[in-house]
Amino acid sequence: MLEIKNLRATVDGKEILKGLDLSIKAGEVHAIMGPNGSGKSTLSYLLTGRDGYEAVDGEVLYKGRDLLSLAPEERAGEGVFLAFQYPVEIPGVPNTTFLKEAVNSVRRYRGEEELDAMQFVKMLRQKTKELGFSDELLKRQVNVGYSGGEKKRNEALQMAVLNPALAILDETDSGLDIDALRVVAESVNQLRSPDNALLVITHYQRLLNYIVPDHVHVLAHGRIARSGGKELALELEQNGYAGYLGTAA
Amino acid sequence: MPVTSVQRHKRKYVAQMNIQTTTPDTSRYQDEFLSLRDHLPGQDLPWMKDLRTAAMDAFAGTGLPTLRDESWKYTNLHSLSACNFKPANSIAGQISIDHAPRLMPGASGCFLMTFVNGRLRLDLSSFENLPAGVTLLPFEQLADQHPERFEQWFANSLQREIHQPMVSLNTALMSTGYVLHIEKGVTLHEPVEILNLSAATPQAFSVHARNFMVLEPGAQATVIEHYQGLDDGESFANSVTNISLGQDALLRHYKLQNEGLGNYHLSTISSQLERNASYDSFTLSLGAKLSRNEVSVRLAGEGSECHLNGAYLMRGRQHCDNTTIIDHMVPHTSCRETFKGVIDDQARAVFQGRIVVHKDAQQTNGHQLSKVLLLSNEAEIDAKPELEIYADDVLCSHGATAGDLDQEALFYLRARGIPEERARSILIEAFLAEAIQAIAAEGLCPALMTSIGHWLADT
Repeated sequence: MLEIKNLRATVDGKEILKGLDLSIKAGEVHAIMGPNGSGKSTLSYLLTGRDGYEAVDGEVLYKGRDLLSLAPEERAGEGVFLAFQYPVEIPGVPNTTFLKEAVNSVRRYRGEEELDAMQFVKMLRQKTKELGFSDELLKRQVNVGYSGGEKKRNEALQMAVLNPALAILDETDSGLDIDALRVVAESVNQLRSPDNALLVITHYQRLLNYIVPDHVHVLAHGRIARSGGKELALELEQNGYAGYLGTAA
Repeated sequence: MPVTSVQRHKRKYVAQMNIQTTTPDTSRYQDEFLSLRDHLPGQDLPWMKDLRTAAMDAFAGTGLPTLRDESWKYTNLHSLSACNFKPANSIAGQISIDHAPRLMPGASGCFLMTFVNGRLRLDLSSFENLPAGVTLLPFEQLADQHPERFEQWFANSLQREIHQPMVSLNTALMSTGYVLHIEKGVTLHEPVEILNLSAATPQAFSVHARNFMVLEPGAQATVIEHYQGLDDGESFANSVTNISLGQDALLRHYKLQNEGLGNYHLSTISSQLERNASYDSFTLSLGAKLSRNEVSVRLAGEGSECHLNGAYLMRGRQHCDNTTIIDHMVPHTSCRETFKGVIDDQARAVFQGRIVVHKDAQQTNGHQLSKVLLLSNEAEIDAKPELEIYADDVLCSHGATAGDLDQEALFYLRARGIPEERARSILIEAFLAEAIQAIAAEGLCPALMTSIGHWLADT
């Protein structure tokens, strides 16, 4: 589903990713772990097309297409989703309005018929019920005045209504207490299927107790320093990133 | 000891100023006045003739305002003075229009007075069946039907007027407009809609409308003014509105200015509020080549309050000026102002907000806010809040911000599949919604949001 080959990328002219390789197949869950400053967030923004993040070498193929040539909204239309580390507050825009705009934009992109108000509400009701998301949060403005946990659950709700093929979770555990973490992880797990893939970016191992990965990669100095199974996460939890912090060759 | 504080600041992104140094040439206006004066409303009243002549003389002395006039420092009428406008009432023939475009389709019961190029069109109006105690008249009938009110209201408005060139020009040439009078204690439940349509004529035309709104003690009304250009023909509208609110009276005064791009829209509103009276106004400016909304409010009775709000969206080379002057004359008065603007391309906007707290006007509340989104590097806002405070127990604040769209929010929306143009529109609408949602008239908010939606879609 996703093939990243020798990816080099800069942020504000500074090279952050220095030859990253990663291959993700449908049905798999990959975790990328790494110390602060290793390039984890750069990878997630680069894959979703944020301004200022520039690939200078290598390629990213998503379902065989050059992902980096697409606008952010086109990537979303193609099924790429980023759960933000810091979900953005949008004053003046009701959450329901935002969700409907997003769902219908993606449907339009895919050549599907847009949902009318009734169909949308019905679909949304079902998703909020599954995720235990309150109606009160739907009425509020996007992420405005939400607690840290509510913001992350809102990300999970967006993921549920957009049903992406590739979901990237950027530090989804940050700012969450253990109960909120469990709720968010459960809602992410509900979305797992043989047709989609997850890329979980995290500093700590604890999220991986709830979203169990098939593959774990250590990102250090802008490239994958080591890959392994889920046991690698536990090893990192015990030993820390000390072994990966030495100056880059 | 009175505390005097004058705060001024200005945000300027592109310096661009043409100082005029020529002496005013007002002969065109004087010729127009001489040819029209025996046909203007009230021509049989000696005091009115004198008033018009004196106003023309005053105007001839100064001409149109220039950048050298402090209150016109950022709005240049040079291109207006270069244009040759013919009075709309001297242009023969009727514009063919068979239905009035309504701001709020489906709003029944609303009283509608329609003007086309400044001329009242009864065939496009419906303001019969007004409740008892409510008078709605075209301006030119006031002199005939209520000459004593006519004189009284002019006397009242002149008492507090200082010479303003645009008002003098209007007084000399005023020939149309509307008059709303509501008797003591009467509430007009349905809004009055004043629709001003402008359509191109072979020669550029001018309209000098004079409006009066007089609400006796305890009266209440909602007035919606809708200026709609049907094309981009050249025209010049210079309206003056005198508002007088008696004790406990409440006026909600809303306006949509959606003129064509050949239009100069100059509007001066001056209102006087007695004890516990309340004036609530909102102006949405979308059209016109150049527009200026000048609103001055005298809070003359204790407990009186005003809300002056507005929003504007400008693009191309449009220019929009919102100037407000609020005089707190007595203690316990309050005002609140919020203006929000969206400026694109090389368009330019001006916000001048003056709050004067007179000596002894203690316990005054005054708050003023100007927020602007600049969508291009060449867009410009000149914001000049001015607080003049001569009392020592007051609470006054002002703020002015200008910035680009929130790039983080834009990316967030796009990352959810919403195309960039639509994402920008969503953010712009959300930015303006705060100001528009303050409007109390039922059905008007969605109608204005629809107008904004059309503006945003029309790129």
